[in-house]
Amino acid sequence: MDISFNLMPWLVPLWPLLAFAIIALTTLGAQFFRRDFQSPTNTIPATDHRYGGHHPDYEGMEVPYQPFWFRIFAIVVGVSAIVLALYFAYSLVFGALNEFGAGYFGKDGKVYASSFEWMAVGAGSFNVGVLVDPLNSALLFMVPLALLCIFIYSIGYMWHDPRQAKFFALISLFGGAMLTLVVADNLLLMFVGWEVMGLCSYSLIGFWYEKKSAYKAAVKAFTVTRVADVIMLLGIVYLWMIAGTLNFRDILMDPVVLAEIANTPAIILGSFGISAAGVIGMFLIIGTVGKSAQFPLHVWLPDAMEGPTPVSAMIHAAAMVSAGIYAIVRMYPLFVGLSNPHHGTFSTPLLLMAIVGGFTALFAATMGVAQRDVKAVLAYSTISQLGFMMAALGIGAYVAAAFHLITHAFFKALLFMASGSVIHAMEHGEHHVHEHHHDDHHAHDAHDAHAAHDDHHGHDDHHGHEEEAHKHFDPQDMFNMGGLRKTIPVTFWTFLLGGFSLAGFPLLTAGFWSKDEILAEAWKGTSEGFGPHAFVFVMLAIAAFLTAFYTMRQLGLTFMGEARTEEAKHANLGGPFNIVSITMQLPLLILAVFAVVAGFIGVPTDFPIFGAIFSPEHNYFHHLVVYALPFMENGGYEVFHVDAPAFNWFPVATSFVVALGGLYVGYLLYWRKPLEAGQEDPLIRILGQPIYTTLQKRYYMDDLYDLIFVRPLHWISRQVIWFLDKGIIDGILHGIARFFTWLGDFIKVMNAWLIDGVGDGIPQGIYDFGGWMRRFQTGHVQQYLWIVLVALLVIGIFFAISAGAVVAQ
Amino acid sequence: MVPLWMYLVVSAALFSIGTFTVLSRRNGVAVLMGVELMLNAVNINIVAFWRYTAPTEVNGLAFAAFIFVIAAAEAAVGLAIIITVYRNRHSVIPEEADLLRG
Repeated sequence: MDISFNLMPWLVPLWPLLAFAIIALTTLGAQFFRRDFQSPTNTIPATDHRYGGHHPDYEGMEVPYQPFWFRIFAIVVGVSAIVLALYFAYSLVFGALNEFGAGYFGKDGKVYASSFEWMAVGAGSFNVGVLVDPLNSALLFMVPLALLCIFIYSIGYMWHDPRQAKFFALISLFGGAMLTLVVADNLLLMFVGWEVMGLCSYSLIGFWYEKKSAYKAAVKAFTVTRVADVIMLLGIVYLWMIAGTLNFRDILMDPVVLAEIANTPAIILGSFGISAAGVIGMFLIIGTVGKSAQFPLHVWLPDAMEGPTPVSAMIHAAAMVSAGIYAIVRMYPLFVGLSNPHHGTFSTPLLLMAIVGGFTALFAATMGVAQRDVKAVLAYSTISQLGFMMAALGIGAYVAAAFHLITHAFFKALLFMASGSVIHAMEHGEHHVHEHHHDDHHAHDAHDAHAAHDDHHGHDDHHGHEEEAHKHFDPQDMFNMGGLRKTIPVTFWTFLLGGFSLAGFPLLTAGFWSKDEILAEAWKGTSEGFGPHAFVFVMLAIAAFLTAFYTMRQLGLTFMGEARTEEAKHANLGGPFNIVSITMQLPLLILAVFAVVAGFIGVPTDFPIFGAIFSPEHNYFHHLVVYALPFMENGGYEVFHVDAPAFNWFPVATSFVVALGGLYVGYLLYWRKPLEAGQEDPLIRILGQPIYTTLQKRYYMDDLYDLIFVRPLHWISRQVIWFLDKGIIDGILHGIARFFTWLGDFIKVMNAWLIDGVGDGIPQGIYDFGGWMRRFQTGHVQQYLWIVLVALLVIGIFFAISAGAVVAQ
Repeated sequence: MVPLWMYLVVSAALFSIGTFTVLSRRNGVAVLMGVELMLNAVNINIVAFWRYTAPTEVNGLAFAAFIFVIAAAEAAVGLAIIITVYRNRHSVIPEEADLLRG
């Protein structure tokens, strides 16, 4: 084992974190670099030509001036950091495969790991360290690659944004935090990465914080995930209390520790038959429910698309939501406890995951069906797909969940970036329309666009009519698009591949293989008569059908038919060979490749034809992660040795039917006869307006939360303000203030009367005496002489008398 | 021989006349003349006491000589003051030179 390989994992997250520091310290708020710009406020209009002119979100806004080289510098630093991270990550992954070999990696401590003591606390101490084992090497393959694509994409997407340097600083920090989480060898360091990502998601979702909806979404994401994170922290603390360590391998590889945790009754819930492992597991799951946006804490994720699209790709695919699933896979034996889902026994955390995951998968898919916003559809599909993974974890199929995590990351990153490309093209078209139709009153128009900022998400139909073009145009509304396949063909084809992968188009796409494996696992349990498996199978099958349907709906609405608005007609990325066009489409091509081929590493061996081609000896993905989690041949831990279930025609047929069926229904409704301008969604006719609106409004979950949590909180806060703050605290303060005011007045009077009386009296007396005395000084010399004479006579007489008295004696 | 008290009577008379002159005359020059009378009265007194009490000693004569000198200096300074006052105020009357009145 090479010592340098043990230390190398530290270098993976180091570079992006370093890039964050360099970019932040160099370009943000560096006043002395701004000598080339003279202004008292150092701000210029955001739509200045130095920022590329037009950007709809910045109409009428002033931003701090940043020279052009800031942008270049941030891009160079950020991208090189990710390239370095990618280099070290791949060195580690392929180095490990070389050194240990795929089937033995992870066995008997064959991992790369190093750690040191961070701080000593009481009797124990917290260690931090890094680890590369089969499980996170799968993520080390996926995450840096997706990050690199996102970074390259951000060059073009943020090219006209005044704050591109800040954006690169933040996504570098985000990427660094995700890589920290991936290489962490203990829950504590993992939680650090987890929380830094929470912070970054907050500032990136709210990156365009001038928009009210953006900062509200940022606050919402931060608050909702914080609720979950606090509970997760409780779980971590409880685990540390019982196990005395947070290191993954120390806990999971040691059957004694694991059995002890699983056998200890929980502190409060122990009387209900729940073990400590159950409580810890449920707390960690709640953390994941928040981070991976599962029901009922999913509400932040659809709003999170208020951020720039690369951020959405980052949150939805490469980083944030994957982290939640990864955390559970990482600690999986703890969740299983003493149960064995393959034999029909389920621990409480497993049941919780199966129910939450299965429900969320279907629940989110139904909401995705009725969305109008191109990114909202993808947001709901993310929640739904994460539900797939959660459900798979609940029924013991952790390898399938990890597999789906990887493939999903590739095609979801692709889909988000493709949708960002669509939006960018639509904004370009919008700009074009503005320029050519309203030249005569352009200034007035810009003013209007600014004023209309607030109803950015009002979904009114305005299809490019002359008078309605004054209103704000929503470039994300799919009903404003149509026919885009002609103007942005690269985006169309890659979107098509990503969408088919998401829908699970049989045999050819990555999404099919990972979904099929989950369904196969679920079917295997169902056929043996296990309830949770059956629940998961039914829910996921329906969800997969809906997924295929809304994917097709999205493709049809966006790309097919004729342009439904003037803006869509002029939508493009500004020619094939400019920087925006190239940097925004190159990552799409890279990811499109992976969206297809990533599935072939996990083809079941006994699958007809394909198994023979892609998995002649063994299922490569299974073979890689087989030693990721501990198992012993006959020690009751065989649950972790998850072999893919034997080939069964039923789940495969189900996969075929739901994917193709969903795609076909979508094809019938949206593709074969594309919508005309002004035509309403055919789904309204089928579902009926009330159901459609309910789906579109997210089952009124946000309104419900508003009613249950936000409003009562506002009410309580108001009461606290009036009673506690203004009544008691202010009362006490005012009382004290009043007393001291009175005391001050009293002292003032005393001062005037006593101190000033004495102080002024003495000089006044001296003054009066002097005034009296001055009368003697007449200035007449002879008068003085008279006085002298009289005084001499008096003294003389006095002496004469006294001398006489002496003589008389 | 003339007894001592006669000298003293002359001296006292002369001193009184000088004092009266100083206190009563309006003219500054006359006031100075009064002062001269007073000084000479003192000189008579000193010389008389010297002659009758310690004629062998020289200090009485020395005192008288000193007073002559002082009288001369006093007259010079006093006249100079009067001339200066006259130049500034066109008057030699001390009552009118009352700049130092309180």
